[in-house]
Amino acid sequence: MVRVLYFAGLREVLGSAGEDITLAPGVTDIAALRRQLAARGEPWQALARTPNLRAALNQTMVDESALLRDGDEIAFFPPVTGG
Amino acid sequence: MIVPSKVSVCREPFDLAAELRALTAGRTDIGGVASFVGLVRDLGHDATQPLLSMSLEHYPGMTERALEAIVAEAGSRWPLLGVRVIHRYGELAPGDPIVLVLVASAHRGEAFAACEFIMDYLKTRAPFWKKEATAAGALWVDARDSDDAAASRWRQG
Repeated sequence: MVRVLYFAGLREVLGSAGEDITLAPGVTDIAALRRQLAARGEPWQALARTPNLRAALNQTMVDESALLRDGDEIAFFPPVTGG
Repeated sequence: MIVPSKVSVCREPFDLAAELRALTAGRTDIGGVASFVGLVRDLGHDATQPLLSMSLEHYPGMTERALEAIVAEAGSRWPLLGVRVIHRYGELAPGDPIVLVLVASAHRGEAFAACEFIMDYLKTRAPFWKKEATAAGALWVDARDSDDAAASRWRQG
C-alpha cells in the first residue's frame, strides 16, 4: 500500500486530494504508477495527458524512474508557482 | 556550514521590521542583511478583469522540507550568518505580501547573491501553486520558463 496525493489543478480535475492504493503487479516506479492510475479512464487519464507533471516521493521531488516501496508517500502535481 | 535559519509557512502576514530585529538581535558579526519581499501582483492580462484575489495552495510537510533544503544549499555556497524565510498560503489580496527572505552575512555580496538564489530556487522547487480569481472566474497560474532559466543559472559543475 502506498499513499498518493494530488495538488492544485490536478486535484481539481481528479476530484481527489489523495488516496491509499495497492500497487499493481510490476508497478515498481513513479512512471508505472502514473500509468496504473491513468488506466482507470477519465478523469484519471489526466495523469497521462498532463505535460510537465511533477512528482515527489516521500516529500522530495524526483523523476519518473524513482523506485517505489510499500508505505511510500507519492505526490503528483503541476509545475510549482510559488514566490 | 550550518546556517542559523528559520523557515515558516503560514497564513498570517509577516512584519519585516520585527523579523529583521529577531535575526540580528545580539549579533555584532553581521555586516549586512539582504531582504526580499514578494507581493501579490495583478499581471494585468485583461484591463477589464482586474485581479480580485489570489489563493495559494501548498504541500504541508514537503514545503517546509523543500525550503529548509534550499536554505541549506545557500549555506553551502556562501558564508551566511542567518537566514529567515516566510511564505504565506491561503487567500491573499492584490498588493499583499506573499514571501519574505532575509539573508545575513558579513558582507553584502554574499547576502545579495544568497537572497536571489533562495528566491530563484524557491520559485522552481517549493511546492506552492497560485490560483488567480477575477470576476470571470479562477485560473491556476502557469509556471514560467523564465523561472526555470533563473534557477538554472546557479547550477554548478
